[in-house]
Amino acid sequence: MTKKVSYVRTEMLPEQTPPLTAAGPIAWMKTNLFSSISNSILTVAAIIALYFILSGLLPWIFHSSWAAGSLNECRDVIKEAYGPDASGACWAVIRERYLQLAYGFYPPFPGGEMNGFAPMEGASLPGYFRPNLTFILMLVALSPILFSALPRKMLWFSAIYPFLGFWLLWGGSVWVPVMAFMGFVLAGLAFQIIGKMFGSLFGVIAAFVVPVLWWIALSGYAADMMQSIVPVGLLPIESSQFGGFMLSIIIGITGIVVSLPIGVVLALGRQSDMVIVKALCVGFIEFIRGVPLITLLFVASVLLQYFLPADVTFDKILRVVIMVTIFAAAYMAEVIRGGLAALPIGQYEAADSLGLDYWKATRLITMPQALKISIPGIVSTFIGLFKDTTLVSVIALMDPIGLTNNIRGDANWNGIVWELFGFVGFVFFVFCFSMSRYSMYLERKLKTGH
Amino acid sequence: MSAITDPPKGGFHLSMLIYDSRYRSMTIQIVTLMLFMLGVAWLINNAAENLARLGKPLSFGFLWEPAGYDINQKLIEYNSQMSNARAALVGLLNTLLVAALGCITATILGVTIGVLRLSNNWLVARLMTVYVETIRNVPVLLWIALTMAAIIHSLPQPKAFRGDNATASMIGDAVAITNRGVYIPKPVLHDGSLIVIGVFLLSIVAMFVFGKWAKAHQAATGQILPTFWIKLGIFFVPAILTFFVMGNPITLEYPALKGFNFKGGFHIRNSLIALWLALSLYTAAFIAEAVRAGIMAVSKGQSEAAAALGLRSSWTMNLIVLPQALRVIMPPMISQFLNLTKNSSLAIAVGYMDITGTLGGITLNQTGREMECILLLMLCYLIISLIVSSVMNWYNNSVKLKER
Repeated sequence: MTKKVSYVRTEMLPEQTPPLTAAGPIAWMKTNLFSSISNSILTVAAIIALYFILSGLLPWIFHSSWAAGSLNECRDVIKEAYGPDASGACWAVIRERYLQLAYGFYPPFPGGEMNGFAPMEGASLPGYFRPNLTFILMLVALSPILFSALPRKMLWFSAIYPFLGFWLLWGGSVWVPVMAFMGFVLAGLAFQIIGKMFGSLFGVIAAFVVPVLWWIALSGYAADMMQSIVPVGLLPIESSQFGGFMLSIIIGITGIVVSLPIGVVLALGRQSDMVIVKALCVGFIEFIRGVPLITLLFVASVLLQYFLPADVTFDKILRVVIMVTIFAAAYMAEVIRGGLAALPIGQYEAADSLGLDYWKATRLITMPQALKISIPGIVSTFIGLFKDTTLVSVIALMDPIGLTNNIRGDANWNGIVWELFGFVGFVFFVFCFSMSRYSMYLERKLKTGH
Repeated sequence: MSAITDPPKGGFHLSMLIYDSRYRSMTIQIVTLMLFMLGVAWLINNAAENLARLGKPLSFGFLWEPAGYDINQKLIEYNSQMSNARAALVGLLNTLLVAALGCITATILGVTIGVLRLSNNWLVARLMTVYVETIRNVPVLLWIALTMAAIIHSLPQPKAFRGDNATASMIGDAVAITNRGVYIPKPVLHDGSLIVIGVFLLSIVAMFVFGKWAKAHQAATGQILPTFWIKLGIFFVPAILTFFVMGNPITLEYPALKGFNFKGGFHIRNSLIALWLALSLYTAAFIAEAVRAGIMAVSKGQSEAAAALGLRSSWTMNLIVLPQALRVIMPPMISQFLNLTKNSSLAIAVGYMDITGTLGGITLNQTGREMECILLLMLCYLIISLIVSSVMNWYNNSVKLKER
């Protein structure tokens, strides 16, 4: 028995496009910009604000002149090109002074009289050869630390780099950094030999005492002696000639690299069961965090010399680096302590139950996890430290902000403000923003959760 | 059955100080303490020798000598004949002033930006992200210098207010915004003004008492009173009534253009405004991040539950999400307030006379007492930091989740 069916569709109909209010740009605007009355008001206000900012800023940035010798010339060029009412940026000042903003008063071709040093360089080398080479080598030295895919052997170069970089920048006899490096070699040897003979504790003590004795008593003579036998050196450059972003990077990178290990030690000290060690660490951290960096820089520039014997003098940049480093280390200690405190107590107990001693448990179990948790805090401390290097302009070092005043002092560029600040700010933004992006990459890479 | 090892027998050997874990930590601590004391003694000895050699042994007598310099922005009476200590106090008050103002505006701005950054309005959220990233990745010193330059170069000079073809005008004949700063009317107190002020303070107290009572009333009876309007009434009405009853005892002194500058009224200097503005904008970006992190830490179930109860979105935010987020937000916010206070020492870059400018600046240079000035300066900041952090920690504990 068959039933008669009036109509049966035999093929599928093509899909209809969704209504305009449910998909596509209109729907997107409806949900993201105009979902309610208050949202619409916000959107309109934001568009108006954006219009005002961009309509002021963009013509100023692009109605600019890149080729002029002075501010007045700049203004004439802009008026000629964009009409009498146009006011634009005078980027010519950046074009003229970018080398100064980058290197301060560092001589581009250190040479001339050799001052008894073997001629290692001459005018045939490209300008700013030494700082540029130092910078490139710095990238090479940092890369195995930053990216684990690179061969581990490169870390040996990273270990030598601080001494090499110091020698390239400041010049002088090559034997001074070599002998300083020898101190670390001696420390390693002392740890190995004495540790084997008398036990690891004496090894550790020897590893501290031997290099200090070496640096205080012997390394200077050894360097002089070697220099008289095999004179190798670069023309020395005074610290007062350093400046610009080069100075920021020197202070920033040294501070970053040194403050992390000191911060780890301070954080461990603060978590320690030993009352006296804990009290000393807490006191140090809270004192440093309680005062502004600027007062520590005052200490570096005027007070530090009082606390040292009369015949000992420190280089000004070195003094600043020390102060910036201990400032950052105190903040770093707090960040790492947060990481240590955030670890589940089971991790500590598990390490104990495996029979690991304190240092092994710290090195293998707790510290790697704590450091991983505190990556965002560590990187923001780094960024803060790098930004804080600008404060050295207060104690008359020529960092980029200090140099802007210097450039304004030139009669040709008197009264120029926005271009210089804009440029300096932009460069800092690029550095700091890439650091924060790197920290996000690191967090993603080390993430083990689901 | 368990194996109990006997405690080690026999006498005490010197090597046990190192190899016996019962004594080892004590040995390490004592050695550390001795090394630390030796180090400190060495530093102090050096300092004493160096100071004696330079003929300026440590003494704080210079604090009571006349300072000999003027301070243009001051909260208390001061002139150049007064002592260095008084100048330092003026500076300290200036530091506290800019820190307090900065903390208030940075909080308001930061919370707003942090909330807006999470808004479902795409454009506003992006704009706020750009703001936060731009501000946070550029040094604060640059922002301070930039704000100062913006004030000096883009606001009208006082002379622009003069003449028939003046290019700038005062707001309501009372407030003048110039590139030297803002001039606002200054209240002048006459007889009976104290009563008005007293009534005003009492009405503020009454407002809080009423708020507490209204809350208890609502808890007891469920009746919701129009608290906002009643509080507004308590705030304004009694003070205004007594003001007229006492016969206008408080008058305003308006700033007026005399010669090349404004006279009369309060002069808020451009350096204070630049520092305040820059510190607020800078710290607001960090507070916004703390607020955003705190709000995101409140689990989504909470706002969904609020929606299920039928609360509208502003109530959800104010009654459900923010109070819970506050616990996460408070600790980073405290450290941002402390950072703002410490960053206010950059006043030296715009010439605002805070304590770094007076005690650590002119007094130091004039007397040559680096050691004493810088030690005192550090001590002042340390005390401020400790007070702020202990007050804020007390507050933090009071809003903390009470757990078993």
